[in-house]
Amino acid sequence: MSETPAMKRLDHRLPERFVPTINYDLCRVCRRCVNDCSYQALEFRESKVVPSGGCVACGRCIAVCPASCIEIRPVPPQFAPHGNWSERSRRSILAQASSGGVLLSSCGADDEHPAIFDDLLLDAAQVTNPSIDPLREPVETVTYLGRRPGKLEVCDGKVMIREDDTPLIRMNMPLMFGHISLGSISYNAQKALFMAAKELDIVAGSGEGGLHPDFYQYADRICSEVASGRFGIKPEYLKGVAAVEIKIGQGAKPGHGGHLPGEKVTTMISETRMIPLGTDALSPYPHHDIYSIEDLAQLISVLKESTEYRLPVGVKIAAVHNVGAIASGLVRAGADFLTVDGYKGGTGAAPRVIRDHAGLPVEVAIAAVDRRLTQEGLRNRVTVCAGGGIRSSADMIKALALGADVVMVSTSALVAMGCRVCQQCHRGLCSWGIATQRDDLTNRLDSNVAAARIVRLFNAWNEELKEVLGAMGIDSVESLVGNRDRLRYRGPNPKIAEVMNVKHIGEGWG
Amino acid sequence: MKDVCKPKGHAHECDCGKDCLNVVGERAVIDLRLSPTQPMHYTTLNCTMRKAMRRGCSSIELKGVMGQRYLASTASDPGLYIAVHGTPGNDLGAFLNGPTIEVFGNAQDMTGNTMNSGKIIVHGNAWDVTGLAARGGQILVKGDTGYRVGIHMKEFGESRPTLVIGGTAKDYLGEYMAGGTILVLALAGGAPVGRSLGAGMHGGRIFVRGKVASEQLGPGAAISPLNSEDEKEVRALLEDFKRAFGTEVPYDVNHFVKVAPSSSRPFSGYYDKTNV
Repeated sequence: MSETPAMKRLDHRLPERFVPTINYDLCRVCRRCVNDCSYQALEFRESKVVPSGGCVACGRCIAVCPASCIEIRPVPPQFAPHGNWSERSRRSILAQASSGGVLLSSCGADDEHPAIFDDLLLDAAQVTNPSIDPLREPVETVTYLGRRPGKLEVCDGKVMIREDDTPLIRMNMPLMFGHISLGSISYNAQKALFMAAKELDIVAGSGEGGLHPDFYQYADRICSEVASGRFGIKPEYLKGVAAVEIKIGQGAKPGHGGHLPGEKVTTMISETRMIPLGTDALSPYPHHDIYSIEDLAQLISVLKESTEYRLPVGVKIAAVHNVGAIASGLVRAGADFLTVDGYKGGTGAAPRVIRDHAGLPVEVAIAAVDRRLTQEGLRNRVTVCAGGGIRSSADMIKALALGADVVMVSTSALVAMGCRVCQQCHRGLCSWGIATQRDDLTNRLDSNVAAARIVRLFNAWNEELKEVLGAMGIDSVESLVGNRDRLRYRGPNPKIAEVMNVKHIGEGWG
Repeated sequence: MKDVCKPKGHAHECDCGKDCLNVVGERAVIDLRLSPTQPMHYTTLNCTMRKAMRRGCSSIELKGVMGQRYLASTASDPGLYIAVHGTPGNDLGAFLNGPTIEVFGNAQDMTGNTMNSGKIIVHGNAWDVTGLAARGGQILVKGDTGYRVGIHMKEFGESRPTLVIGGTAKDYLGEYMAGGTILVLALAGGAPVGRSLGAGMHGGRIFVRGKVASEQLGPGAAISPLNSEDEKEVRALLEDFKRAFGTEVPYDVNHFVKVAPSSSRPFSGYYDKTNV
């Protein structure tokens, strides 16, 4: 069929989502916004700065404008209102009808389904169990990562220390940074995370991208990741670090592999991952040596042999519907710690259909894992870490009370260093120098400044944790873990409270 | 009164009194048949091997191996030679970084898993998942291999893994391959390779002596003629094979088929990055 000129003109271009609006009364025409906008959504035309389309609301222009004259406004609905056909559903169809591609997205699932965390209320002590004044009494937040002895062994009146238990990794607070690879984020961003982890005395994940030679100085605070692509694995990557984690799945894309597009495989990335320059770095969907729990046990064992039982070996899985049974298998396979990543967890690139529609909210997953492991007598042998959408100390505290020993945060740390969660990581144009490999952009991020911001944030969270523990009359974070009696559910669906084994608001002891 | 429990879970040090480890000069012999616990636990064997490595042995001979797993994982001395008599278990030479391992018998699954450099010579068959994600070094198998062999092998700079199979390979050979070379010789006849050959491959090359039908190829793999570089490489690998096993394979370019990726960017254009 031949196209008429009228048909050719119709390109189904999508309406803009955001528009930077400039108050020309204040604008000094310094053009910093134009220079800093990596999405080229502003241009200088006829002696003034004007929007040129493609704004993603990353907020860089607002931050660099010395006259505070920019405001990013969401574009009002451009489609006829329809209760079922949301703007996004129609935009997605139009885009895919033009490209035929799989829609890619980044950051965590952005559906408007409220987090279950927001439906939980914390308890506090009144009269019968007095609260603790953190000024007067220390509140312990030190947490250990690794296999626990489960019980004390006493021989002739003395407590025995078993030599064959792998050492536990001490962390100053029940928090660790998740796995964000070099490649998905920039050198400066990863350096900031490692610096902050060292300063905070917690552990940071390496992500599946190997470890840059410059970062071995932080190795005693790094948990190195062994994922299906096996990138950058060499003896030092396994032996010199704090812990090793086998990544089976990621909350944002359960069951899906990883894919770093060739344009992001720069010289540095190719050297660190040990792959050729400019080729797609693909992590297969499964580990092809792990098709069963028994196979997983072998990879755990070979990593333990390789590290001579000197470090804990953990396994990370995405929260999926049978997460309890899977977690039980992981512990039986020999995992010293396990990490459950909820469906709202972040990603540098994931197919939107998986990010938004697959997996389980982390709140429910934690409760399911904690219950299953307790029922099977395994809970006291392992450290349970959980992440995927932890946005505040309140989320952290609720996750601990639901049954996690440690929470894993990633997006929060990135936001601390500048990320505005504009969900464009997969485009590699991050104007904040975080999720990009372009030198001019990565140079915008100062690792020292970013690390200091992360340290301040999580020190503040730790203080808030102590305040809440004190108010609950609890003097150690370990007494909060799995203490679901200190939670009440106030949300719309009491069934959720039931599966989480949390009482509804108003339910008490009598 | 002992303050410290004896290791139980993973008994590192063997304290049976009988020393299975016999070191003469730089040569160590570990005779598993002397162990009072039969078969010897893999943790004990690995620990004894590490003891020999710490003593600076340049050669370790294992006798009576009966399926012990994870032997020589992460071993890193390029001058070390390990001879294995018997049948080693899964994950032989995982993360290997330099040494040479020679197996006088069959190897089981996952031989050379994620190896970095070094050499593994198997005078028998090596079964499933051999050479997974290898990034360097060489694996030579005299006999057959199983399924999922050479998956996600990759290369970087000077380090380029090679895998030579004297017999045949089953399905999924070289899947997701990102680099390195696989050579299948099918010396005893039979179909050299199975189905889904090189599925998703985006680097590296597979040379097959014999016929490959197009329906055996996985998505992303394509048959192409050997160029002069390829011919040189195949000849060199045949030379390695002869040196290891004494079997001379006459070279004729017409006997070989090359399977290579149709693109190094299989996913470019697959995704839609529109901000919806």
